[in-house]
Amino acid sequence: MTWKHFFTSSIGRKFIMGFTGIFLILFLIIHAGINSCIFLNDHGVTFNKMAHFMSHNWIMRFLEIGLFAGLIAHIIQGLSLTFQNKKARPVEYYFNQPSKNSKWYSRSMGILGTLLLLFLVMHLSHFYVDTKVALYSGDKPHDLFDEMKEVFSIKWVVILYLVGVVSLFWHLYHGFQSAFQTLGINHKRYTPLIKTIGTVYALIICILFALMPVAIHLQWIN
Amino acid sequence: MEHYNMNLTLKVWRQKNNQSKGKFETYPVNNISSEMSFLEMIDVLNEKLIEEGNEPIAFDHDCREGICGMCSMFINGQAHGPWQQNTTCQLHMRAFKDGDTIVVEPWRSAAFPVVKDLVVDRSSFDRIIQAGGYISVNTGNAVDANAIPIDKKDADDAFMAAACIGCGACVATCKNGSAMLFVGAKVSQLALLPQGAPEKESRVLNMIAQMDKEGFGNCTNTYACEAECPKGISVSNIARLNAEYLKAGLTTEEK
Repeated sequence: MTWKHFFTSSIGRKFIMGFTGIFLILFLIIHAGINSCIFLNDHGVTFNKMAHFMSHNWIMRFLEIGLFAGLIAHIIQGLSLTFQNKKARPVEYYFNQPSKNSKWYSRSMGILGTLLLLFLVMHLSHFYVDTKVALYSGDKPHDLFDEMKEVFSIKWVVILYLVGVVSLFWHLYHGFQSAFQTLGINHKRYTPLIKTIGTVYALIICILFALMPVAIHLQWIN
Repeated sequence: MEHYNMNLTLKVWRQKNNQSKGKFETYPVNNISSEMSFLEMIDVLNEKLIEEGNEPIAFDHDCREGICGMCSMFINGQAHGPWQQNTTCQLHMRAFKDGDTIVVEPWRSAAFPVVKDLVVDRSSFDRIIQAGGYISVNTGNAVDANAIPIDKKDADDAFMAAACIGCGACVATCKNGSAMLFVGAKVSQLALLPQGAPEKESRVLNMIAQMDKEGFGNCTNTYACEAECPKGISVSNIARLNAEYLKAGLTTEEK
């Protein structure tokens, strides 16, 4: 068994999905945690300090490479698996009742993931690109909180962000417990616990993320 | 339950052979007893077709007792029809009402090509078993069954996995056409027992390599397979398959 053989096998590819999935789950905790500093309602002072640390500290910059590597691996592998899975059934059923045996969100990870990818393109162009431009041009410190207020002042942007967060919820709701099954953990005592933690996690993360554009748009915080 | 007779409309997939393009044919079937099995109902229709000089519908069947795994059929959008933990041969017509239209299709999977009508070629499963779903022992006298102590839970889990009849409903149901419930059951039933332990690494690696060659899809944990499995094989077997594969794949020194 060569490394290539392992990582191109069906289970090896599932392993990549599950492993990077858990990695991204951990990243979201940091992301939601730092962004929640806006709820301190101190005109974004704490939030901007945190953002400055994240974009200037070399350890964080280094970890960022890992984050993008994990994200890209998850996206490429996910898309390629989805296309391969489609090929495994060249002729579709004329009459199929999938709702009798599985949940819609578990069957829609490809579509939910694609929605998230589109969301990410928008999200990175809103916040990531400007931060980097400011970092390297370096005229004055970048006020990320100001940028948030500007972006979320537009109603349709807030709506698109909410669509993104809802997609994220269903993606996490299935993905969290699915990742553990993929890594080989299915246990009478632990699996129900994993499912509960996954549900609570997905709810907390998504409520926090949904509140950010809404709170800023409605000027609950400024 | 009270006995009743019913008239039905059957929409059946007809396909001459692997090369030809199939299509649905509609047949009325009358006076069907609620006590008949689904296959007996098709027998009735086939006799009528033969009498009229038409080609009967080809379908797989053998024991008609729900234990051999030969019968297949995707009935009204579900593998083996509407009943839970049940094979097509054990599906009885009381599952339907007078006047119903029933759609019958073969398993749809790239790895299960249609041979004729409702018959599909499931030899890809046989090739997966040939790749490692066995234990290598010299023949001779049967060893005393109780000579090797086995943990009760392991014995039970192995037995539950061994209940798989290899019918292919998991593949037919899975939106990805994945065979991982089947392979998970076949790997588990041996990996859990001391007799299967010496070969467990090579077994799982070889069986997955063969599974990937056959063109099955990849599991995305929708668990539809477990819900439709006539033997109620648990998806915990897929987790065990994953764990066995990761352990073997990441630690084996063989190239």
